[in-house]
Amino acid sequence: MGEVIVVTSGKGGVGKTTSTANIGTGLAMLEKKVVLIDTDIGLRNLDVVMGLENRIVYNLVDVIEGNCRIRNALIKDKRYPNLYLLPSAQTRDKTSVNPEQMSKLCDELKEEFDYILMDCPAGIEQGFKNAIAGADRALVVTTPEVSAVRDADRIIGLLEANEVDQTHLIVNRLRMDMVKRGDMMSSEDVCEILAVDLIGVVPDDENIVISTNQGEPLVGSDTMAGRAYMNICRRIVGEDVPFLDLNEKNNIFSKLFGKRRKY
Amino acid sequence: MGLLDYFKRRGTGSIAKDRLKLVLVSDRAGCSPEIMEQIKNDIIAVISKYIEIDQEGLDIKITQTDSETHNGSVPALFANIPIKDMKGSKK
Repeated sequence: MGEVIVVTSGKGGVGKTTSTANIGTGLAMLEKKVVLIDTDIGLRNLDVVMGLENRIVYNLVDVIEGNCRIRNALIKDKRYPNLYLLPSAQTRDKTSVNPEQMSKLCDELKEEFDYILMDCPAGIEQGFKNAIAGADRALVVTTPEVSAVRDADRIIGLLEANEVDQTHLIVNRLRMDMVKRGDMMSSEDVCEILAVDLIGVVPDDENIVISTNQGEPLVGSDTMAGRAYMNICRRIVGEDVPFLDLNEKNNIFSKLFGKRRKY
Repeated sequence: MGLLDYFKRRGTGSIAKDRLKLVLVSDRAGCSPEIMEQIKNDIIAVISKYIEIDQEGLDIKITQTDSETHNGSVPALFANIPIKDMKGSKK
Protein backbone atom coordinates (compact mmCIF):
# COMPACT_ATOMS: atom_id res chain seq x y z
CA MET A 1 0.00 0.00 0.00
CA GLY A 2 1.57 3.25 -1.14
CA GLU A 3 1.85 6.63 0.48
CA VAL A 4 0.53 9.91 -0.94
CA ILE A 5 2.80 12.90 -0.34
CA VAL A 6 1.75 16.42 -1.27
CA VAL A 7 4.47 18.99 -1.99
CA THR A 8 3.06 22.40 -1.17
CA SER A 9 4.09 25.90 -0.10
CA GLY A 10 1.39 28.54 -0.34
CA LYS A 11 3.65 31.04 -2.02
CA GLY A 12 4.62 30.53 -5.64
CA GLY A 13 8.15 30.27 -6.93
CA VAL A 14 9.76 28.73 -3.86
CA GLY A 15 10.57 25.43 -5.57
CA LYS A 16 7.60 23.07 -5.30
CA THR A 17 7.90 21.70 -8.81
CA THR A 18 11.69 21.42 -8.68
CA SER A 19 11.43 19.66 -5.32
CA THR A 20 8.73 17.28 -6.58
CA ALA A 21 10.82 16.37 -9.63
CA ASN A 22 13.98 15.79 -7.63
CA ILE A 23 12.41 13.95 -4.72
CA GLY A 24 10.37 11.76 -7.07
CA THR A 25 13.43 10.91 -9.12
CA GLY A 26 15.46 10.29 -5.95
CA LEU A 27 12.85 7.89 -4.59
CA ALA A 28 12.93 6.05 -7.92
CA MET A 29 16.72 5.84 -7.61
CA LEU A 30 16.14 4.19 -4.23
CA GLU A 31 14.18 1.58 -6.21
CA LYS A 32 10.73 2.67 -5.16
CA LYS A 33 7.86 2.67 -7.60
CA VAL A 34 6.87 6.30 -7.92
CA VAL A 35 4.27 8.39 -9.73
CA LEU A 36 4.37 12.19 -9.88
CA ILE A 37 1.09 14.02 -10.36
CA ASP A 38 1.06 17.61 -11.57
CA THR A 39 -2.10 19.05 -9.96
CA ASP A 40 -1.52 22.58 -11.23
CA ILE A 41 -4.28 22.52 -13.86
CA GLY A 42 -3.86 25.30 -16.40
CA LEU A 43 -0.22 25.97 -15.48
CA ARG A 44 1.48 22.71 -16.38
CA ASN A 45 5.20 22.64 -15.54
CA LEU A 46 6.31 19.40 -13.95
CA ASP A 47 6.51 17.84 -17.44
CA VAL A 48 9.14 20.32 -18.65
CA VAL A 49 11.15 20.10 -15.44
CA MET A 50 11.20 16.32 -15.89
CA GLY A 51 11.99 16.65 -19.61
CA LEU A 52 8.90 14.67 -20.61
CA GLU A 53 6.92 17.43 -22.34
CA ASN A 54 7.03 15.76 -25.75
CA ARG A 55 5.46 12.53 -24.61
CA ILE A 56 2.13 13.77 -23.28
CA VAL A 57 -0.95 12.19 -24.82
CA TYR A 58 -3.53 12.24 -22.03
CA ASN A 59 -3.60 14.22 -18.81
CA LEU A 60 -5.03 14.35 -15.29
CA VAL A 61 -8.39 15.77 -16.40
CA ASP A 62 -8.73 13.04 -19.05
CA VAL A 63 -8.27 10.44 -16.33
CA ILE A 64 -10.73 12.12 -13.97
CA GLU A 65 -13.33 12.50 -16.71
CA GLY A 66 -12.87 8.91 -17.82
CA ASN A 67 -11.61 9.73 -21.32
CA CYS A 68 -8.78 7.23 -20.84
CA ARG A 69 -7.51 4.65 -18.38
CA ILE A 70 -4.96 5.74 -15.80
CA ARG A 71 -2.24 3.60 -17.36
CA ASN A 72 -2.72 5.27 -20.72
CA ALA A 73 -2.09 8.72 -19.24
CA LEU A 74 1.01 7.76 -17.23
CA ILE A 75 4.27 8.73 -18.92
CA LYS A 76 7.28 6.57 -18.19
CA ASP A 77 10.43 8.49 -17.22
CA LYS A 78 13.40 8.65 -19.59
CA ARG A 79 15.87 7.18 -17.14
CA TYR A 80 14.01 5.24 -14.47
CA PRO A 81 11.50 2.57 -15.52
CA ASN A 82 9.85 2.64 -12.06
CA LEU A 83 9.09 6.39 -12.31
CA TYR A 84 5.94 7.79 -13.95
CA LEU A 85 4.39 11.20 -14.50
CA LEU A 86 0.71 12.05 -14.70
CA PRO A 87 0.76 15.49 -16.35
CA SER A 88 -1.72 18.26 -15.75
CA ALA A 89 -4.08 19.71 -18.37
CA GLN A 90 -2.93 22.97 -19.88
CA THR A 91 -6.18 24.18 -21.41
CA ARG A 92 -8.53 23.58 -18.48
CA ASP A 93 -8.88 25.17 -15.06
CA LYS A 94 -8.88 24.07 -11.43
CA THR A 95 -12.65 23.57 -11.30
CA SER A 96 -12.38 20.63 -13.73
CA VAL A 97 -11.49 18.41 -10.78
CA ASN A 98 -12.83 18.15 -7.24
CA PRO A 99 -11.26 16.82 -4.02
CA GLU A 100 -13.39 13.65 -3.96
CA GLN A 101 -12.21 12.68 -7.44
CA MET A 102 -8.57 13.30 -6.48
CA SER A 103 -8.95 11.26 -3.35
CA LYS A 104 -10.37 8.36 -5.35
CA LEU A 105 -7.55 8.58 -7.90
CA CYS A 106 -4.97 8.49 -5.07
CA ASP A 107 -6.59 5.40 -3.60
CA GLU A 108 -6.35 3.62 -6.94
CA LEU A 109 -2.71 4.59 -7.48
CA LYS A 110 -1.78 3.49 -3.95
CA GLU A 111 -2.51 -0.07 -4.99
CA GLU A 112 0.29 -0.03 -7.51
CA PHE A 113 2.85 2.55 -6.39
CA ASP A 114 5.03 2.98 -3.29
CA TYR A 115 4.91 6.76 -3.46
CA ILE A 116 2.46 9.15 -5.10
CA LEU A 117 3.87 12.69 -5.15
CA MET A 118 1.44 15.54 -5.73
CA ASP A 119 2.88 18.79 -7.06
CA CYS A 120 0.51 21.36 -5.56
CA PRO A 121 -0.27 24.72 -7.18
CA ALA A 122 0.45 27.96 -5.31
CA GLY A 123 -2.41 29.45 -3.32
CA ILE A 124 -4.99 28.08 -0.92
CA GLU A 125 -7.98 27.76 -3.22
CA GLN A 126 -9.50 24.88 -5.17
CA GLY A 127 -6.19 23.65 -6.62
CA PHE A 128 -4.69 23.33 -3.15
CA LYS A 129 -7.77 21.55 -1.86
CA ASN A 130 -7.61 19.11 -4.77
CA ALA A 131 -3.92 18.40 -4.20
CA ILE A 132 -4.20 17.67 -0.47
CA ALA A 133 -7.44 15.68 -0.69
CA GLY A 134 -5.83 12.24 -0.78
CA ALA A 135 -2.58 13.09 0.98
CA ASP A 136 -1.18 11.02 3.84
CA ARG A 137 1.65 13.42 4.51
CA ALA A 138 2.92 16.80 3.35
CA LEU A 139 6.23 18.37 2.48
CA VAL A 140 6.02 22.12 2.92
CA VAL A 141 8.61 23.98 0.87
CA THR A 142 9.70 27.44 1.92
CA THR A 143 12.59 29.81 1.38
CA PRO A 144 14.10 31.81 4.27
CA GLU A 145 12.13 34.93 3.37
CA VAL A 146 9.32 36.59 5.31
CA SER A 147 6.69 36.21 2.59
CA ALA A 148 7.37 32.52 1.97
CA VAL A 149 7.52 31.67 5.68
CA ARG A 150 4.30 33.51 6.41
CA ASP A 151 2.50 31.64 3.63
CA ALA A 152 4.01 28.35 4.80
CA ASP A 153 2.54 28.99 8.25
CA ARG A 154 -0.89 29.44 6.73
CA ILE A 155 -0.50 26.25 4.73
CA ILE A 156 0.60 24.28 7.79
CA GLY A 157 -2.53 25.45 9.60
CA LEU A 158 -4.72 24.39 6.68
CA LEU A 159 -3.02 20.99 6.46
CA GLU A 160 -3.73 20.40 10.15
CA ALA A 161 -7.34 21.49 9.70
CA ASN A 162 -7.67 19.01 6.82
CA GLU A 163 -6.18 16.19 8.86
CA VAL A 164 -3.01 15.65 6.90
CA ASP A 165 -1.25 14.02 9.80
CA GLN A 166 2.41 14.37 9.06
CA THR A 167 3.95 17.63 7.90
CA HIS A 168 7.63 18.18 7.27
CA LEU A 169 9.51 21.27 6.22
CA ILE A 170 12.00 21.78 3.41
CA VAL A 171 13.97 25.01 3.60
CA ASN A 172 14.96 25.74 0.04
CA ARG A 173 17.45 28.11 -1.50
CA LEU A 174 19.40 28.77 1.68
CA ARG A 175 22.53 30.89 1.31
CA MET A 176 25.00 29.99 4.02
CA ASP A 177 27.13 33.06 3.32
CA MET A 178 24.17 35.34 4.06
CA VAL A 179 23.18 33.33 7.14
CA LYS A 180 26.77 33.68 8.37
CA ARG A 181 26.72 37.42 8.18
CA GLY A 182 23.28 37.54 9.79
CA ASP A 183 21.39 38.70 6.73
CA MET A 184 19.30 35.60 6.21
CA MET A 185 17.23 33.51 8.59
CA SER A 186 18.80 30.12 9.20
CA SER A 187 16.93 26.85 8.72
CA GLU A 188 16.75 26.63 12.53
CA ASP A 189 15.11 30.06 12.68
CA VAL A 190 12.52 29.05 10.10
CA CYS A 191 11.87 25.76 11.87
CA GLU A 192 11.44 27.48 15.21
CA ILE A 193 8.97 29.98 13.78
CA LEU A 194 6.86 27.37 12.00
CA ALA A 195 7.14 24.71 14.72
CA VAL A 196 7.29 21.74 12.35
CA ASP A 197 10.01 19.15 11.85
CA LEU A 198 12.67 19.79 9.27
CA ILE A 199 13.26 17.09 6.67
CA GLY A 200 15.85 18.86 4.58
CA VAL A 201 17.76 22.01 3.71
CA VAL A 202 18.53 22.70 0.07
CA PRO A 203 21.21 25.31 -0.53
CA ASP A 204 20.85 27.89 -3.25
CA ASP A 205 22.64 26.25 -6.15
CA GLU A 206 22.95 27.42 -9.74
CA ASN A 207 23.08 23.78 -10.82
CA ILE A 208 19.32 23.71 -10.25
CA VAL A 209 18.84 26.19 -13.10
CA ILE A 210 21.20 24.21 -15.29
CA SER A 211 19.39 20.94 -14.60
CA THR A 212 15.98 22.51 -15.17
CA ASN A 213 17.23 23.92 -18.49
CA GLN A 214 18.03 20.37 -19.55
CA GLY A 215 14.94 18.75 -18.12
CA GLU A 216 16.97 16.39 -15.97
CA PRO A 217 16.59 16.44 -12.19
CA LEU A 218 19.97 16.67 -10.44
CA VAL A 219 19.16 14.57 -7.39
CA GLY A 220 21.99 12.24 -6.47
CA SER A 221 24.54 14.17 -8.54
CA ASP A 222 27.72 15.52 -7.01
CA THR A 223 26.29 18.99 -6.44
CA MET A 224 25.18 20.63 -3.21
CA ALA A 225 21.51 20.60 -4.17
CA GLY A 226 21.81 17.08 -5.61
CA ARG A 227 23.14 15.74 -2.31
CA ALA A 228 20.58 17.69 -0.30
CA TYR A 229 17.68 16.23 -2.29
CA MET A 230 19.05 12.71 -2.00
CA ASN A 231 19.25 13.11 1.78
CA ILE A 232 15.62 14.19 1.82
CA CYS A 233 14.65 11.07 -0.14
CA ARG A 234 16.50 8.82 2.27
CA ARG A 235 14.74 10.45 5.20
CA ILE A 236 11.38 9.95 3.47
CA VAL A 237 11.96 6.22 3.15
CA GLY A 238 12.81 6.13 6.84
CA GLU A 239 16.61 6.18 6.89
CA ASP A 240 18.21 8.15 9.67
CA VAL A 241 20.39 10.62 7.78
CA PRO A 242 22.04 13.13 10.11
CA PHE A 243 21.88 16.83 9.40
CA LEU A 244 25.45 17.87 9.12
CA ASP A 245 26.59 21.08 10.68
CA LEU A 246 26.58 23.58 7.86
CA ASN A 247 28.99 25.78 9.76
CA GLU A 248 31.77 23.33 9.23
CA LYS A 249 32.25 24.49 5.68
CA ASN A 250 33.44 27.84 6.87
CA ASN A 251 36.41 26.64 8.83
CA ILE A 252 39.81 26.47 7.25
CA PHE A 253 39.78 22.72 6.68
CA SER A 254 36.56 22.59 4.79
CA LYS A 255 37.70 25.59 2.77
CA LEU A 256 40.70 23.56 1.77
CA PHE A 257 38.77 20.33 1.36
CA GLY A 258 35.50 21.96 0.38
CA LYS A 259 33.99 18.93 -1.34
CA ARG A 260 32.72 17.40 1.86
CA ARG A 261 29.73 19.63 2.39
CA LYS A 262 26.48 17.85 3.03
CA TYR A 263 22.97 18.92 3.82
CA MET B 1 29.50 53.23 7.52
CA GLY B 2 32.14 53.36 10.21
CA LEU B 3 33.80 50.40 11.79
CA LEU B 4 31.77 50.86 14.96
CA ASP B 5 28.53 50.90 12.97
CA TYR B 6 29.60 47.67 11.36
CA PHE B 7 29.86 45.97 14.72
CA LYS B 8 26.69 47.55 16.06
CA ARG B 9 24.72 46.64 12.97
CA ARG B 10 22.15 43.98 13.60
CA GLY B 11 21.76 41.38 10.88
CA THR B 12 18.58 41.77 8.87
CA GLY B 13 17.92 38.05 9.39
CA SER B 14 16.99 38.60 13.03
CA ILE B 15 14.83 41.58 12.05
CA ALA B 16 12.98 39.26 9.65
CA LYS B 17 12.57 36.67 12.38
CA ASP B 18 11.15 39.14 14.89
CA ARG B 19 8.78 40.68 12.37
CA LEU B 20 7.58 37.25 11.28
CA LYS B 21 6.94 36.14 14.85
CA LEU B 22 4.70 39.14 15.44
CA VAL B 23 2.80 38.90 12.19
CA LEU B 24 2.23 35.16 12.64
CA VAL B 25 0.78 35.61 16.11
CA SER B 26 -1.95 37.85 14.72
CA ASP B 27 -2.33 35.63 11.61
CA ARG B 28 -2.83 32.57 13.76
CA ALA B 29 -5.24 34.32 16.08
CA GLY B 30 -7.24 35.39 13.03
CA CYS B 31 -7.06 38.98 14.23
CA SER B 32 -6.83 41.47 11.38
CA PRO B 33 -5.57 45.03 11.91
CA GLU B 34 -9.17 46.21 11.39
CA ILE B 35 -10.42 44.08 14.29
CA MET B 36 -7.52 45.26 16.46
CA GLU B 37 -8.55 48.86 15.75
CA GLN B 38 -12.13 48.09 16.81
CA ILE B 39 -10.93 46.41 20.01
CA LYS B 40 -8.78 49.44 20.71
CA ASN B 41 -11.69 51.85 20.25
CA ASP B 42 -13.94 49.75 22.47
CA ILE B 43 -11.32 49.63 25.22
CA ILE B 44 -10.95 53.41 25.04
CA ALA B 45 -14.72 53.84 25.31
CA VAL B 46 -15.05 51.53 28.33
CA ILE B 47 -12.08 52.78 30.33
CA SER B 48 -12.81 56.43 29.57
CA LYS B 49 -15.99 56.10 31.60
CA TYR B 50 -13.89 55.76 34.72
CA ILE B 51 -10.42 57.06 34.03
CA GLU B 52 -9.03 59.77 31.81
CA ILE B 53 -6.57 58.02 29.54
CA ASP B 54 -4.12 59.17 26.94
CA GLN B 55 -5.85 57.97 23.79
CA GLU B 56 -2.89 58.80 21.57
CA GLY B 57 -0.51 56.83 23.72
CA LEU B 58 -2.72 53.75 23.92
CA ASP B 59 -1.15 50.72 22.33
CA ILE B 60 -2.59 47.24 22.03
CA LYS B 61 -1.10 44.25 20.29
CA ILE B 62 -1.07 40.49 20.32
CA THR B 63 2.23 39.07 21.50
CA GLN B 64 3.69 35.91 22.93
CA THR B 65 4.00 35.43 26.63
CA ASP B 66 5.43 32.60 28.67
CA SER B 67 2.72 30.34 29.93
CA GLU B 68 2.71 29.10 33.51
CA THR B 69 0.58 26.06 32.84
CA HIS B 70 1.62 25.07 29.32
CA ASN B 71 5.14 24.57 28.26
CA GLY B 72 6.38 27.33 26.03
CA SER B 73 4.60 30.49 25.06
CA VAL B 74 0.96 31.37 24.46
CA PRO B 75 -0.51 34.35 22.62
CA ALA B 76 -1.59 37.25 24.80
CA LEU B 77 -3.38 40.52 24.20
CA PHE B 78 -1.08 43.21 25.49
CA ALA B 79 -2.45 46.68 26.19
CA ASN B 80 -0.47 49.68 27.35
CA ILE B 81 -2.89 52.36 28.51
CA PRO B 82 -1.33 55.55 29.89
CA ILE B 83 -3.56 57.25 32.50
CA LYS B 84 -3.80 61.04 32.41
CA ASP B 85 -5.82 61.70 35.52
CA MET B 86 -8.06 59.76 37.84
CA LYS B 87 -11.58 61.19 37.61
CA GLY B 88 -13.22 62.06 40.88
CA SER B 89 -10.50 61.03 43.27
CA LYS B 90 -11.64 58.77 46.08
CA LYS B 91 -11.15 61.20 48.94
